[in-house]
Amino acid sequence: MNKNSNSFEIIFDSKSENESFARVVVAAFCTRLDPTLEEISDIKTAVSEAVTNCIVHGYEGREGKISLKCELNDNELTIEVHDDGVGIDDIERAMEPMYTSKPQLERSGMGFSFMEAFMDELHVKSGKHSGTTVMMKKKIGVNN
Amino acid sequence: MQEEHVAVADGENEVRHTDYIYMVSDKMLVISMIAELDHHLADEMREVIDDVIDVRGVEDIIFDFSRINFMDSAGIGLIMGRYRKIHEKGRIYVAGAGEGISRILLISGLHKLVVVSSDVNDAAKKILEGKRGN
Repeated sequence: MNKNSNSFEIIFDSKSENESFARVVVAAFCTRLDPTLEEISDIKTAVSEAVTNCIVHGYEGREGKISLKCELNDNELTIEVHDDGVGIDDIERAMEPMYTSKPQLERSGMGFSFMEAFMDELHVKSGKHSGTTVMMKKKIGVNN
Repeated sequence: MQEEHVAVADGENEVRHTDYIYMVSDKMLVISMIAELDHHLADEMREVIDDVIDVRGVEDIIFDFSRINFMDSAGIGLIMGRYRKIHEKGRIYVAGAGEGISRILLISGLHKLVVVSSDVNDAAKKILEGKRGN
């Protein structure tokens, strides 16, 4: 096993109080790479957006399980957030800035834009009724 | 316990929740977040804020970020929604935002809709000056 790698996986309920739990866990996981405050803030925002999407869109407020996997390889962080919810009909449209399928809930339509802006890579896999997986990568410490 | 939203908005000028504090003074509402502003807190505050706006005839709102360092797109949604509700009568002020929150305001373009102030006192001063000028 590569001594510069590390990983964890947790599964939690799709409850909004777990949004802060998820982002704090990921932030704590990266601390040994000595990230800047800005990098921590970027990662926390991206995780928060991904987990909120599972709760609001994937499960539409219903009960469900969200899985969060993180991996560190040298200085690269990979985050995978998965739900078994309704899935996304049109991923391209969902990722357009300011587009939201739920304006009545005052969603700003900026979730995917923030994930894209704050992480180096963003990949979304989804299918109707087969859930959604968001995979994001970010190199930590490249600007230090 | 003062958990009845409308009753609270009706009678009290300052209400402290675990995650946020709000104060009403004349037609000005100051909301100080204590917990990070995400979807969870936005949902918790939205109804309370709207009740206070309606019951007390609030015209200007100051969001005080001086105690927190985190906001995501749910915070943007919350502020935009309140902007739509009050923009004909008054303005939204964002006070005490640190680097991280300022960056979110900038990327979302929200800084163009709100008045950015260094702290609550500065925002309150701007509101009073604006009213006097009318």
